[in-house]
Amino acid sequence: MPDPGGTPLLVAKGVSRSYRVRGRRAAGRPSTIRALDRVSFELRSGEIVGVVGRSGAGKTTLAKVLLGLDPPDEGSVLYVGRPVRNLTSAEARRMRRAVQAVFQDPHSSLDPRQSVGDILAEPLAVHRLVVRGGRQRRCLELLRGVGLPAQVEFLARRPRELSGGERQRVAIARALACEPDLLVLDEPVSALDVSVRGQVLNLLLDLHRNMGLTMVVIAHDVRLVSRLCERVIVVAEGRIVEQGEAHQVLDRPAHAVTSELLAAARWLEEAPRPAATRPVSEHDPRC
Amino acid sequence: MPPIVQVEELAIAFPGPGQGWRRVVDGVTFSVEEGEAMGVVGESGCGKTLTALALVRLVPEPGRIVRGAVRIGGNDVLAADERDLCAIRGGLVGFVFQEPAQALNPVRSVASQVSEAARLHRGASKREERALAARLLAEVGIEDPGRVARSYPHQLSGGQRQRVLLASALAADPRVVIADEPTSALDTVSQQWMVELLQELRGQRHLTLLFISHDLALVGRLVERVTVLYAGETVESARRETLFENPQHPYTKALVQARLAANGESGERFPTVPGVVPRAGDWGRGCRFEPRCPFAFGRCREARPALTTLGGGSMVRCFLVSDAEEADA
Repeated sequence: MPDPGGTPLLVAKGVSRSYRVRGRRAAGRPSTIRALDRVSFELRSGEIVGVVGRSGAGKTTLAKVLLGLDPPDEGSVLYVGRPVRNLTSAEARRMRRAVQAVFQDPHSSLDPRQSVGDILAEPLAVHRLVVRGGRQRRCLELLRGVGLPAQVEFLARRPRELSGGERQRVAIARALACEPDLLVLDEPVSALDVSVRGQVLNLLLDLHRNMGLTMVVIAHDVRLVSRLCERVIVVAEGRIVEQGEAHQVLDRPAHAVTSELLAAARWLEEAPRPAATRPVSEHDPRC
Repeated sequence: MPPIVQVEELAIAFPGPGQGWRRVVDGVTFSVEEGEAMGVVGESGCGKTLTALALVRLVPEPGRIVRGAVRIGGNDVLAADERDLCAIRGGLVGFVFQEPAQALNPVRSVASQVSEAARLHRGASKREERALAARLLAEVGIEDPGRVARSYPHQLSGGQRQRVLLASALAADPRVVIADEPTSALDTVSQQWMVELLQELRGQRHLTLLFISHDLALVGRLVERVTVLYAGETVESARRETLFENPQHPYTKALVQARLAANGESGERFPTVPGVVPRAGDWGRGCRFEPRCPFAFGRCREARPALTTLGGGSMVRCFLVSDAEEADA
């Protein structure tokens, strides 16, 4: 583990990423989309940081860049002080083990043909992780660690036999199998029922507190992120428009996008009363 | 006036295991008055989507509606022939399906999909169709409706696709609109806009609305009544205020608590509903919520409680409530 006071675990320096838009576009639309525009921030070991923004703000592109799945066009990502672009193959292997991802929809991020046991054992085999007491015992330990039944019977189950919440826990257990330094979670609860979200969010709080795991949590719900994370980064149109301590962002949002996200989240949470009406013409065309 | 939508003791079954049939919905009952908005809530696997599909007899093969009654606008839906069904689907009832990315046809223009119902039900001409599509798109708050009408689904954002789907559900001037999770693919800002848009359309078109969602808080922003489904059955149905302020069923109580998930101090634990919904076929003899219920007692394991009608049009399926009612009477 890197020294928390020393080199940041991960640094993004002026990272930009554009995508070409293929196929016929409606007139007047640009043929490239700048998904990330000169994004810079630092992530210290042991931190839990939230990234919030609207759909299309560049949140998922940022996740891919941080994970090393998508190289930036400009700027660089440093992992423990070393540019990810120039890692030696041994360093790259270490990073692929130490930086793990959990995606939005566990239905599509888990292979339907693998059993839970296969899913959890694969990273152990790929990264040649030496496991005391054997792989099965390690898999059961991982299940217990995410609050699933640590039973051999459960290892034999397939993803389709699990509920959404159980699937997302399996996806988290798979990430933990690699003993990561950093977990990047892209909308980890938005595909789950409201009633199950709490279970997964509490698990993340526990992992952070008990294991000191560093996490980046990406979500569109700013209130949820502010409750989970110490620091919040707000993105819009590929740029960081605001960042700060969670309570500070919640209490005194500095940017209009943050205020908009907060207002919507509060509105959706409020006790029911007759909804305010607004002329249709005022709606944002992007909606 | 009888309710415009009436569902009674609905049961839906799928084949298996072996030769038998397994009921995945069994005991859904609710009714909606004309012009009312009803929310149908519950966790995944509670039977929300199947119930919605059953209202227009679109339960996917090889599923069957094996029991119960569905009446919409005076039609006995379960006894209707193909011709009546065609008049109901899209004509009397507009349907906004889940997952707009999948519900729209990728190789047909937005205009042709939006006006399809008008073509089928009202015999609109090509020229009328194009004008209608643009008008409907404007009505659901799409800017530059002419351009969007000529485009294809992949050229639109998630929020625009959801609006296109809503526009197509309105094309034949339905009296009832069923919206199945119309906001769950959207970010919070678009969710608010969608709820406000539905509210507005309801008022302008005098629609009866069925809003299906797992998010009780969101449902609460729009509807006057809420029906809570659990493990394929109605466990509670009540006016919104009654349900939020004085929930009767332990499952509803848990959902009302979990609704406050994002309210709270930073770093504080989130409220949860412990346990999972039992899979169809794992329902015991007793109350289906009993394994997760903090108030369960002996009888809850032995027998399934009936849906008890209370005052104010409320219904609850719980021994604690029905026993108290009997004691009072």
